[in-house]
Amino acid sequence: MTERIQPVGESHAAVAGAATIPILAPGHTYGSITDKISAVVLTGRTPAWWYFGFLIVSGFAALLLVSLTYLFVRGVGIWGNNQPVGWAFDITNFVWWIGIGHAGTLISAILLLFKQTWRTSINRFAESMTLFAVACAGIFPLVHTGRPWLAYWLLPYPNTMNLWPQFKSPLIWDVFAVSTYGLVSLLFWYVGLIPDVATLRDRTTSRFGRVTYGMMAMGWRGSARHWHRYETAYLLLAGLATPLVVSVHSVVSLDFAVSVIPGWHTTIFPPYFVAGAIYSGFAMVLTLVIPIRALYGLQDFITMRHLQNMAKIMLVTGLIVGYGYVTEAFVSWYSQNQYESFMMWNRMTGPYWWAYAMLIVCNVIAPQALWFKRVRTHVAALFVLALIVNVGMWLERFVIVVTSLHRDFLPSSWGRFSPTFWDFSTYFGTIGLFLTLLLLFLRLLPMISMFEMRTLLPPPRVEREGERGL
Amino acid sequence: MAEFADPAALVAATSRAHGEGYRTMDAYSPFPIEDLHEALGEHDTRLPLIVLIGGLCGCIGGYALQYWASGIAYPLNIAGKPYNSWPMFIPVTFECTILAAALSAVLGMLVLNGLPMPYHPVFNVPRFALASRDRFFLCIEARDSTFELEKTRRFLETLGALEVSTVAH
Repeated sequence: MTERIQPVGESHAAVAGAATIPILAPGHTYGSITDKISAVVLTGRTPAWWYFGFLIVSGFAALLLVSLTYLFVRGVGIWGNNQPVGWAFDITNFVWWIGIGHAGTLISAILLLFKQTWRTSINRFAESMTLFAVACAGIFPLVHTGRPWLAYWLLPYPNTMNLWPQFKSPLIWDVFAVSTYGLVSLLFWYVGLIPDVATLRDRTTSRFGRVTYGMMAMGWRGSARHWHRYETAYLLLAGLATPLVVSVHSVVSLDFAVSVIPGWHTTIFPPYFVAGAIYSGFAMVLTLVIPIRALYGLQDFITMRHLQNMAKIMLVTGLIVGYGYVTEAFVSWYSQNQYESFMMWNRMTGPYWWAYAMLIVCNVIAPQALWFKRVRTHVAALFVLALIVNVGMWLERFVIVVTSLHRDFLPSSWGRFSPTFWDFSTYFGTIGLFLTLLLLFLRLLPMISMFEMRTLLPPPRVEREGERGL
Repeated sequence: MAEFADPAALVAATSRAHGEGYRTMDAYSPFPIEDLHEALGEHDTRLPLIVLIGGLCGCIGGYALQYWASGIAYPLNIAGKPYNSWPMFIPVTFECTILAAALSAVLGMLVLNGLPMPYHPVFNVPRFALASRDRFFLCIEARDSTFELEKTRRFLETLGALEVSTVAH
């Protein structure tokens, strides 16, 4: 099924619309798409780089385990958090991970509703990234509670203490928002996987694989009636996930905005957080997709068009985030509120000035390079820029969380935050966990949605292919 | 069961079979084909209704939970706000709506499709494994009132199928 047909270029250009670079390289058939994507999973030979990478990242995941164990034994005192900086790396990391988790649902749901077919080859991957990022994010508020073994008290359930959660607190909203987001992302991801797992079930040669994939596919057989309901359900899920994705980071921002801390108590937070989330999410997708498409040789499916489109979204959301920074600074001056203006001045020139300066460089200045087509079409440059944005978005959350807290209302309660070894080990540990889960996913499940890729093939070509098959 | 090489042939064959009076049949494809379920003469619009009902239940249930917990079961004075401060209850109500609607979309889809179904006779045809790769199948079931093994087989052969086989069950 690897034969190539010459005159198909035109029909592919039709799929790609006006742009010159197609979203699917020419010469593919239903069979070749299926074979190429499923071969990554069904091969008996795991590439050496996979083992090597897995060894390193699972080492970091083990570090997370050690850090959390030590945390459970000793308590949150092992971190640098102390009065007045009660929220530091833990909340920074939580917001950072949740933000990264936004690209997946945005790509799968919002771009689906807008009929952006280029999303097809990256949506599965981005959804998985979302799931793993939300899993990493979820760790932080739980361990931050101090007694994570009582974290179930956050849920409303009838109990012998006759206590109920306090629903007027944004922290409870967060519990609902993040757990709903995690669950709906899982459903979306799983529903998308069902037909593809059925393909794996039909193609695998091992009995274990057939049984496992068979269970996951739940007896999917591609019936037209099933497809019809499936598509309805998928579209409805996309419609439900779209407002959800906007709400999650808005609710996260309300954790800050509903408080009375200068620098947090602003109405701009929800839109500014959502833009930042999409920004960091796309940066993370680029960071991961660029090496993976090279390692697995998937340039036919994840083309330059995808990278360019993601770069454009990064540029737009980066500008929105930049606008957010300007508005924050302007309002703190224009409000003539002395606490607000002190906070902003302190943020820019105080002890954490370097973090603020670096975040402006990383999030506002560096991405301006994306205006140039030469940068957008340069894979290495995109990769470096995406990494810079990842760092910048982490710094943004750090600046928001720590600089607002370390200068309390009374100078007698001022303080500093300095991270300990365990702050860093927990953070790097979650990155290890994230990448471990990602590598397992790449090895065990199809990273590109095969059934949706098949629909990208233009019908006229299919008939020609069919005759060849005869 | 007849096997086809491309989606257009399957849709055409399905329409013709429907025209011949066959009703208990199903078409199988490796990806969704828009006209196919129409060709089968199907009109099922129950799923959106299920999702709507699920969403409404989540919405009402979510609000009721907060109203009851903060107003009746465990009234707490928070910053002098009324016990039933509806603006503070919107985020959780919203999340419950989405969660219940999403769950009913997925579960509704699975239940209406009769999944999970570990065994189905079509899997007895070895070539059916290609239905999840690049082949298209039309299966007329023996339960259909118009079904007669020889006649149906001959009919399927006239549709330009690659191969016609009998499904053991």
